[in-house]
Amino acid sequence: MTAVLNQAPLTAYSRILAMGAARGENAVPNDDLVGPINSSDEWIRQRTGIATRARANHETSAIDLATTAAKEAIEKAGIDPAEIGVVIVATISNPKQTPSVSAIVADAIGATPAAAYDMNAACAGYCYGIAQADALIRTGAAKYAVVIGAEKLSDIVDPTDRSISFLLGDGAGAAVLGPSDTPGVSVSQWGSDGSKSHLVGMNHTLTEFRDGESEWPTLRQEGPSVFRWAVWDMAKVAKKALDDAGVKPEELAAFVPHQANGRIIDEFAKQLGLPDTVKIARDIETTGNTSAASIPLATHRLLEENPELSGGLSLQIGFGAGLVYAAQVVVLP
Amino acid sequence: MALNTEEVLEGLAELITDETGIDAGEVALEKSFTDDLDIDSISMMTIVVNAEEKFGVTIPDDEVKNLKTVGDAVTFITSNS
Repeated sequence: MTAVLNQAPLTAYSRILAMGAARGENAVPNDDLVGPINSSDEWIRQRTGIATRARANHETSAIDLATTAAKEAIEKAGIDPAEIGVVIVATISNPKQTPSVSAIVADAIGATPAAAYDMNAACAGYCYGIAQADALIRTGAAKYAVVIGAEKLSDIVDPTDRSISFLLGDGAGAAVLGPSDTPGVSVSQWGSDGSKSHLVGMNHTLTEFRDGESEWPTLRQEGPSVFRWAVWDMAKVAKKALDDAGVKPEELAAFVPHQANGRIIDEFAKQLGLPDTVKIARDIETTGNTSAASIPLATHRLLEENPELSGGLSLQIGFGAGLVYAAQVVVLP
Repeated sequence: MALNTEEVLEGLAELITDETGIDAGEVALEKSFTDDLDIDSISMMTIVVNAEEKFGVTIPDDEVKNLKTVGDAVTFITSNS
């Protein structure tokens, strides 16, 4: 006898209803960081495009930033937080493995008893979260979803590291997604390449630190190799995302790549052959690289500064430690 | 068909000019990418990827670290084309 297992009713599509953002309180200029890395403001600007990066106060946590961003998104979406079915927080910098950031944030935003989980897909975390939220809404697992990228990367920087530390910032970006009559999220291109796991990530484990074998673990990368992968391999992923979405580059209103490095953004846009009509996000210039938070923060800023982009198509692509990546085309709220 | 040193040097100089604006005349075999031509590691990688396409060679990341001078790059490309 075949078991009868009830299924939730399907929803045709999902879309991003609204976004929220919270950045670290301090705009830290390059000059504040150059001493320990024997560098200069000019070198950092030329190499990364960064003038300042947002860094949070000591007492401000990624949980605080995530909550602020989520509350803004919920208010703008005009939904009752009690109807949120799932809260997903993409993060790599939570200094406490458990309880999750998402459970605490879900409670703080009035979403309890929503499903809540943290997710580590590094700088692809937000795009992974969007892919998941879209699938969960469309299969009836949740009516509304909140996807947050939240990081306090200043907790895991080594001021003397020249490979990545000076790029990093603190912030959280949130998106509220809900059911839609028209497509709002395209099929995602997502994947991994663990054979390159050594290229970027933490330099030590917590147990090595505990046992006195290492200093406090911090982020580092093999920059040139990451640059190569991020531009040329990810350009292929971005093109596939556009193809599968049935979107031509000239139909885009915006391009929001992970704000890893201004040079990556420049070369990436060149590889995609985007026309001048496409707005390219460059939030990195004053926010820095905020890993999972970078795409929602950059999108939020693009919309604040260019409200005419609302309703337009945005190609977003995240890529980072793992190595992992995810891309999709979304309708901007 | 294997490429000769002159062809590769000329082609490489073109790629370097495109990426950095450095005059092709400055690109000589003995010049160091970093010390003489002031090419940073990001520009170097762009030049490497473009060279792979132009000359039909594969230049792995590990090998890039060994290419200190223009001559090193030309030798690698001519030996592997």
